[in-house]
Amino acid sequence: MPKWFIPVAAVTALMFAASPFLIANAPYEATMGLVQKIFYYHLPSAWVFLLSAIVCGIASARFLFGGSPRQDRLAYAAAELTVLFGAIVLVTGPLWARKAWGVWWQWDVRLTSSLMGWMVAWAYLLVRKYGGPGSDKLAAGLALFGMANVPFVYISVNYWRTIHPATSVVPTLPVDMGVALWFAVACFLLLFVLLLRLRVYLEEQRTRLDALYLSLDE
Amino acid sequence: MIKTAWLVLKKDLTVEVRSLEIAYTTLFFAISCVLFFAFALVKEGQAPEDGAAGILWIAIAFGGTLALGRTFERERQSETLRALLMAPAARPAIYVGKLLGIVALLVAAEIVLVPLVAFLFQAPLLSHPFWLSAVLLTGTIGFAAVGTLFSAMLVRARSRDVLLPVLLYPITVPVIIAGVRATAALLQPDVELALVRFWVALLIALDVVFVTLALWTFEPLMTD
Amino acid sequence: MRALVVLLLMLSSLSASAATFRQQQPESQPPKQTDEFVPISQLPAQDQLPAAPLLVIAYAFVWLVLFAYVVSVSRRLAKVQHEVTRLESDIAKRA
Repeated sequence: MPKWFIPVAAVTALMFAASPFLIANAPYEATMGLVQKIFYYHLPSAWVFLLSAIVCGIASARFLFGGSPRQDRLAYAAAELTVLFGAIVLVTGPLWARKAWGVWWQWDVRLTSSLMGWMVAWAYLLVRKYGGPGSDKLAAGLALFGMANVPFVYISVNYWRTIHPATSVVPTLPVDMGVALWFAVACFLLLFVLLLRLRVYLEEQRTRLDALYLSLDE
Repeated sequence: MIKTAWLVLKKDLTVEVRSLEIAYTTLFFAISCVLFFAFALVKEGQAPEDGAAGILWIAIAFGGTLALGRTFERERQSETLRALLMAPAARPAIYVGKLLGIVALLVAAEIVLVPLVAFLFQAPLLSHPFWLSAVLLTGTIGFAAVGTLFSAMLVRARSRDVLLPVLLYPITVPVIIAGVRATAALLQPDVELALVRFWVALLIALDVVFVTLALWTFEPLMTD
Repeated sequence: MRALVVLLLMLSSLSASAATFRQQQPESQPPKQTDEFVPISQLPAQDQLPAAPLLVIAYAFVWLVLFAYVVSVSRRLAKVQHEVTRLESDIAKRA
């Protein structure tokens, strides 16, 4: 593991521990009240979910066209993180929606396309696990299509009729809310980098193990 | 390149016409889907409102998955795919030829499905034939574009029957949604053509994205 | 055959989810799409669902899931590293 890992992990843990205080200090929202505070974890996880899908897509493209196993390991790790952060988004969202919208779920563009992107990441993991030989390329092809979905998920909420808040919410945030949000964003981004590095390390060890098995057969 | 695509398409059609196995089984399966929905949802002769659009597209999606699986299973059994790939033909041309074959098969199924759904669900599907054809064609191309790529990829994979739906359905959700919404818009008593045009434009955009991605990745995905 | 079974299962789950979804439609008009968050300093009286449980569950879920993931990766890592050391000692013994 690289030298920066432990210090960054310590900083991230401290930041996460501090985040609830910043969030509690942020003002309440006029119409949604207390439940709106889920926003401070929901939005950063959504951004990391989309970022992870992009990382997976780019790594998959580089793997498909360049054949580098390092990119393949990165893609696998990013896909797993897409599932993880997607799960966070898809659970915190409905918990917020239950109070703010009166329903747990709506089949509008934003939610449907996010769910779809999450399922693509799940499909990636299923293919890697059960696809047999050649499944790394299969999954890479899938990841490319998944990445094409990401811009759609982001802008869909601005062009379709939906009750999910538009992307204009973030630039127009008042300062006291902004502080809590951007702090949480920093937490989640750091966490993403840490988890990615950790998961890639696991893949590297697996590769090493495979190489050892192969050398044993000789 | 077009010549190669045309040759591949001709080959597929010739083989298919001989036995019509895939055509019949796909059609039968799609009709069974529609009948299942009719039994489940039509109460006392009253079909659910706006049910026809969704059911039509579900039947197309399920039938299409079956057709894709069967087409490439046939290729796998006679190892013709490997022969095709070894031939000095441009890989994207092979993809286009296969895609056109699948689209032709699905369109043939839709010609039977549309009147059936219109009858069983009392939906005026045939009121705007031009727009309905546009919606069906663009939607089918989008679905088949992704489907052909994934089925070809899966030919040598394990658990390919189960993996095809797992891979295909999440990616084609935008196509199905657009198709359903466009068809539903056409079924309204006072049709908003602007809305239909919007969905068709979206379908065309999706088709372009999917076909481009598929053409781009077909070569590396089919090479060992 | 397998494909048929899978597709039929999906068909039935589709209709089941459609039925449950229909029950959840709100009776009143859904609120307008938000363009910006408007802050206030005082919390107005809440007369509907209590928000606190939802908030707590949301944050608890995030913590738990992240923690569970870290644990999962660590366990997989430990298993692989164990295998690696075992194999390396085996190879060393043979050499």
